[in-house]
Amino acid sequence: MTAQVPRKTVIAFLGPAVAALLIVGIAPLLYAVWKSLHYFNLTKQAQSRFVGLDNYINVLTDITFWQAMGRTATLFLISVPIQLALGLLIAIVLHRPGLTFFKTLTRLSLVLPMATTYAVVGLLAQVMLNQKYGVVNQMLGWFGVDAINFIGDPTNAFIAVIIWDIWQWTPFVALVLLAGLSTVPPEIEEAAQLETKSQWLVLRYVQLPFLIPSLVAVLILRTADTLKLFDMPFTMTRGGPGAATEFIAVLIERVGNRQFDIGLASAQAIIMLAITIFLARLYIRFFYREVN
Amino acid sequence: MAAPIQRRAYLAEGLLLVAICAFCIFPFYWMVTTSLKTQVIALQSPPAWIFTPTLANYWEVLFEDKVGISLINSIIVATCTTTLAVILGTPAAYALARFEFRGKQDLWFWFITNRFVSPVVLAFPVFLLSRELGLRDTHLALILMYLTFTLPIVIWICTDQFRSIPRELDEAALLEGASQWRIFRSICLPLAMPGVAVSSILSFIFSWNELLFAYILAPKAAKTAPAMAVTFMEGYDVPYGKIMATSTLIVIPVLIFALIASKHLVRGLTMGAVK
Repeated sequence: MTAQVPRKTVIAFLGPAVAALLIVGIAPLLYAVWKSLHYFNLTKQAQSRFVGLDNYINVLTDITFWQAMGRTATLFLISVPIQLALGLLIAIVLHRPGLTFFKTLTRLSLVLPMATTYAVVGLLAQVMLNQKYGVVNQMLGWFGVDAINFIGDPTNAFIAVIIWDIWQWTPFVALVLLAGLSTVPPEIEEAAQLETKSQWLVLRYVQLPFLIPSLVAVLILRTADTLKLFDMPFTMTRGGPGAATEFIAVLIERVGNRQFDIGLASAQAIIMLAITIFLARLYIRFFYREVN
Repeated sequence: MAAPIQRRAYLAEGLLLVAICAFCIFPFYWMVTTSLKTQVIALQSPPAWIFTPTLANYWEVLFEDKVGISLINSIIVATCTTTLAVILGTPAAYALARFEFRGKQDLWFWFITNRFVSPVVLAFPVFLLSRELGLRDTHLALILMYLTFTLPIVIWICTDQFRSIPRELDEAALLEGASQWRIFRSICLPLAMPGVAVSSILSFIFSWNELLFAYILAPKAAKTAPAMAVTFMEGYDVPYGKIMATSTLIVIPVLIFALIASKHLVRGLTMGAVK
């Protein structure tokens, strides 16, 4: 089916891209592995030495690392189910016929949160959630709720991150599920709707099987993106107060960039990379088995 | 009998749609209006909804606080990395779509895996290397590092696009004696322009939004706009109006591009797994 071409041609087409990614992607990674086997602190460079797997042992026995992992997992376990529930609701409404103009408008406005610069989301959160000057507390006041100290209180800051994660990523979940719903053959869906008036039965037995790929995509990508989550909590709280919003990527940034312990940060990063590669494999097995 | 029920259903649905739109858009409304407030009005409690708007914040951030320069840095970095990604990525995508060779599957998987890797994994080794090579705080360092995500985007989307072009065109040209490069350059690439455009827009958006590499690799001269916005939060007196003016300036170009490519944003974020 595909053309057999001389090896030279293949190399000429692919070589530059592969070389570029080797230089910017793989070379630093190998360097990180090398550094992770050393004690290497930018402020104490004279003490640099080879320490073997010590950094890895330190990371795996370090309570702050596991706390950051736990926080990241908690965020995922709370916000992703809410995103799925809201996203499914939005997708079902948008999938129904009628009100076409408003639905196009809604679809466009869904694009906005997920394209917004993540760092700006954190800044916006600070401004809107301020205890005294923030509009969110003003609105809560209309319903008789006392002003909440969102940024300064550990639990509330965590809730604030959840709320903004939901704001930014529910649209993404909704649009992925909407794409899944549109893969249901219309004649099957119409036949089902003639059989029953229950939207729930149609969803459960007709649409759900077609939604499985979208759900898997959402779960794997949201896991990877939650592990990556840095910009929004960093600009909103710097990981604080205390360590309340120090998710795994924020922790690694602090250890490397603010404690200058690059050896330890590299070990943490490599452990995270291992998890990431596992996720990527899972995704690939599910979606790209029949690439050719 | 059916008509009133139908109408009530539409009403409920319409209200839900309005709620969804409001939920998505309100933070932007608040960002833009706050950027038009003086510090005194911005620090009113409860917050003011009606006030006399002023452009003073924009004037100040653009000309006094170097946000203008950081926006130019952002434009340079995002444009260069996107151009480079297209130049390197389109031939690679063509090869993946058309040629048969050993290791093709592995190569494809490697490109996909890049979507999952966190920048924090690469940031520190690159920080050390860029110091050694004298690339710290240069546009070039950021342009090269952004290839780690822009190049895969261009390759995924353009491979898809090249596959959709009928192979008969290639075969006819081959019979005429055209070289593979000429077929790529003069026949397939022009036909793949929609894919090139979409992947360019997505690369631009993702590079424009990037913070971690920028924050660590470019602290001064090459500082990009998102990294600039972060530094505003570091003082004691938080200038709300100026922060929101900077945020607005950062977000507006991205939103315009995102709306242009709205149908493809999800495809880009899921690497073509969802169309």
